[in-house]
Amino acid sequence: MTAGPSGPPERILVVGASLAGLSAAHALRAEGFAGALTLVGDEPHAPYDRPPLSKQVLRGLFSPDTTLPRRPELRAEFRLGTPASRLDCEARTVTLADGSTLPYDRLLIATGTRARPWPNPEEASLDGVFTLRTRDDAARLSARFKAGPKRVVLVGGGFIGFEVASTCRDLDIPVSLLVRDGQPLAAALGPRLGGLVGTIAQERGVDLRLGAEIERMDSEGGRLTGVTLKDGERIEADLLVAAIGAVRNVAWLEGSGLAADEGGVLCDGYCRAIRANGDIVPDVFVAGDVARWPNPHQGEALVAVEHWGNARAQAEAAARNMLAGPATGLTRHDHLPDFWSQQFGLTIKLVGLADGADSLAVVHGSLDARRFVALYGREGRTVAAASIDSARWLPAYEAAIREGAPFPPIEGAIDQPRLRIEEP
Amino acid sequence: MKVVVDLNRCQAYAQCVYAAPRHFVLHGREALVYDPSPDEAARAEIERAVHACPVRAITALPDPAGETK
Amino acid sequence: MSCTTLFEQVLDPDNRANPYPLFAQLRRQPVCRQEDGTYVVSTHAEIARLVSDPRISSEDLPDPQKFRWTGHPITDLFVRPIRAEIRRRHQPFIFRDPPDHDRLRGLVMRAFSPERVRRMREETADLTNELIGKFAGKAQIDLVDDFSYPLPVTVICKLLGVPPEDEPQFQGWATQLATALEPNQRADEETQAKNEQCFTEISDFLRDLIAKKRKEPQDDILTDLANGTKPGNASGDDPDEDGAETMNDFDLIATAVLLLVAGHETTVNLITNSVLTLLRRPEHWERLRDDPGIAPRLIEEMLRYEPPVQYRTRLAVADIPIAGVTIPKDAPVVLLLASGNRDPARFADPDRFDPDRPDNRHLGFGGGLHYCVGAPLARIEAEVALVSLARRLKNPRLVEDPPPYRPGASLRGPRHLCLAFDGIADA
Repeated sequence: MTAGPSGPPERILVVGASLAGLSAAHALRAEGFAGALTLVGDEPHAPYDRPPLSKQVLRGLFSPDTTLPRRPELRAEFRLGTPASRLDCEARTVTLADGSTLPYDRLLIATGTRARPWPNPEEASLDGVFTLRTRDDAARLSARFKAGPKRVVLVGGGFIGFEVASTCRDLDIPVSLLVRDGQPLAAALGPRLGGLVGTIAQERGVDLRLGAEIERMDSEGGRLTGVTLKDGERIEADLLVAAIGAVRNVAWLEGSGLAADEGGVLCDGYCRAIRANGDIVPDVFVAGDVARWPNPHQGEALVAVEHWGNARAQAEAAARNMLAGPATGLTRHDHLPDFWSQQFGLTIKLVGLADGADSLAVVHGSLDARRFVALYGREGRTVAAASIDSARWLPAYEAAIREGAPFPPIEGAIDQPRLRIEEP
Repeated sequence: MKVVVDLNRCQAYAQCVYAAPRHFVLHGREALVYDPSPDEAARAEIERAVHACPVRAITALPDPAGETK
Repeated sequence: MSCTTLFEQVLDPDNRANPYPLFAQLRRQPVCRQEDGTYVVSTHAEIARLVSDPRISSEDLPDPQKFRWTGHPITDLFVRPIRAEIRRRHQPFIFRDPPDHDRLRGLVMRAFSPERVRRMREETADLTNELIGKFAGKAQIDLVDDFSYPLPVTVICKLLGVPPEDEPQFQGWATQLATALEPNQRADEETQAKNEQCFTEISDFLRDLIAKKRKEPQDDILTDLANGTKPGNASGDDPDEDGAETMNDFDLIATAVLLLVAGHETTVNLITNSVLTLLRRPEHWERLRDDPGIAPRLIEEMLRYEPPVQYRTRLAVADIPIAGVTIPKDAPVVLLLASGNRDPARFADPDRFDPDRPDNRHLGFGGGLHYCVGAPLARIEAEVALVSLARRLKNPRLVEDPPPYRPGASLRGPRHLCLAFDGIADA
């Protein structure tokens, strides 16, 4: 193992100019870092917020400009529109696509993810076929939504797919949502609540197809005209959004010696990058969607958490650790994963990790009322809590999850139905 | 101005909706939709929203002046 | 001094002017059992946790009224229990749990729409200027009687739709009924008798008024509550979108009384406490006068520093392990909000009044499901009032410091606040 960071930094380089990168930069200044601070971004835009893109931006509510607020004291140099192409840990430099080389005393890797492209490049390049990850994606898609498409096909059973489906219904656009699995959102919410979200989508007019996969896309003159499913059915559509997950931006780290692959850039609980042999890489830190880290709330299992809250929290932990001298202790990144989704006028929230849960109990409200808190248990411990439109109860259960309280942690509460423990 | 709300923290107390109804709206019970880029003229209202939030989930700052690129 | 007697001292009117040193002593034991079995919670983290803990109920608080045997079996075994049950069932939503709480509160929030509240800003400004105008030619006023008291009652009457000629009567009722929210006063037999009388009067008045609103609907909250409203996108407490739900007359009257009482005395205290705090620190008064834009943050700091509601009492419905103690099922729990607001573990230099304080998550309006419904209105009234007073009062000074306080420990505020000044500026 290598020792902690060398002397106090004068130059800090942040590769990745999105939520994690900007949060780290703000945190570095807040912690008193007065040296040179540079943020490198592959997109031409200043750091912006992504969650509104699949909802209000697509729907045309308020401004499409979701640029994140920046504090006047940030005093950072932004190198935008120039992705990093190489990291040299020995020389302590990062090379950018334009050939320039930036030296660092501390480096934060926060390159995030990009939308997983549709696997067939020919189909992916058809007019009318989209992915949704960036501001530019949202602007293009929003313009097509305004033009009034005949039907939108959404591919992918994750939250983005459902949020876009909800936006389509708000705009009265016919929409088919193709989910490969037998239940939507099963990994995040479990089959039961995932199934409930599917039912809600259907009630709001979404043509939800479970177990559906595309055999081929049909086109005319380079424009999408429809899709043919594996079961032979054809859906006429002039727009398709492939929301089939994300790919981590790690290609630029090839040859750097870091343990980086499609699963993310490996780091320890203090956000310090790790080599393939397990050594800590001096002065290199990782945060956000691209980081793969040991989660203390899941028995130190290595996870990558692609959520807004984690990006901020991990960036802040990394920032503190980048400035920690030998005398100051390191900050453990122990963020309890959390996220929200807004769709069909409902707000879904989750804290903890529902994946791997073996039991579920509704502790407030009811699934039928579409207003409830449900808890997930695993081996007798409370591991996650999900709510629909009941967010004010969540803090009580968040504390229980942090403490690893028995499942279910609270009995005899007000507004609590008779507890029934079910399969998740 | 530029505005961002930590919607993990938001518990739909709706205080921002009262403080700045043209820039913060609830869709349904808890889904907060807000203007991420309000005009500078709205500053007084936006600041009221920032300070009224019981969980301090709103960050609003003036547009940064020419520090980029 | 043991914390089992400290809370008694908090209740003692002699300590009303400055209870904060007592809170500091209480916080040494964040959750402390009192001799009567009540648990007092005095630290920020524990209060914040309990306001959103589903084992804390707002219903069925132990009635301080001792049930005395009258000797008449029909009265004791039938009439009283039935009356008690009717009252219990139609408690205002501040004393209800979900799902009833959510339904009633949702209906109120629908009527208490952002648009309607927004319109009150201008009305409040006019009322404020009118009241300050009456200071002309005087060298001294009582801020409470001449300003803080009349303003909120007029505002809430306008919102509810109470005719202006009935306002003075409403003010009297509000003052009397506020004692019902005061644990250390409502136990008093004479106060109870007065409250019963007052509640009967105001109920009769409201019943007639509601009937009028049904016959001749107007643009006010009582009309909306009496007739049901179209669902809006107003707030997070909105009930079912397609519900054309209304509340029954028992609940409607209880709700209207609550809005009057809870929205009145608290706002009086917020305005009076603010002026007192600012005049003790004239640099803040001057800063507000010169830059009204700081009013929002100043008011939040005021809600931390001198919250108009100092504590709320709830009930544990299950054992609650917290801070090394287990609050047992059925124990009353006092959430000492004003103490949590001065907790040094949450707020740096907590006894300093500092409007620039970052991340000011105070407990001045409570939290969780019962977060103050009237908070948006209180903020408007306080902002408009303070900005106008700071701008128009020339060289204001406190005549008596500390001022005399009303006896209530929960709704804590000065009974009078005499100010001397050198005239007023034009509106």
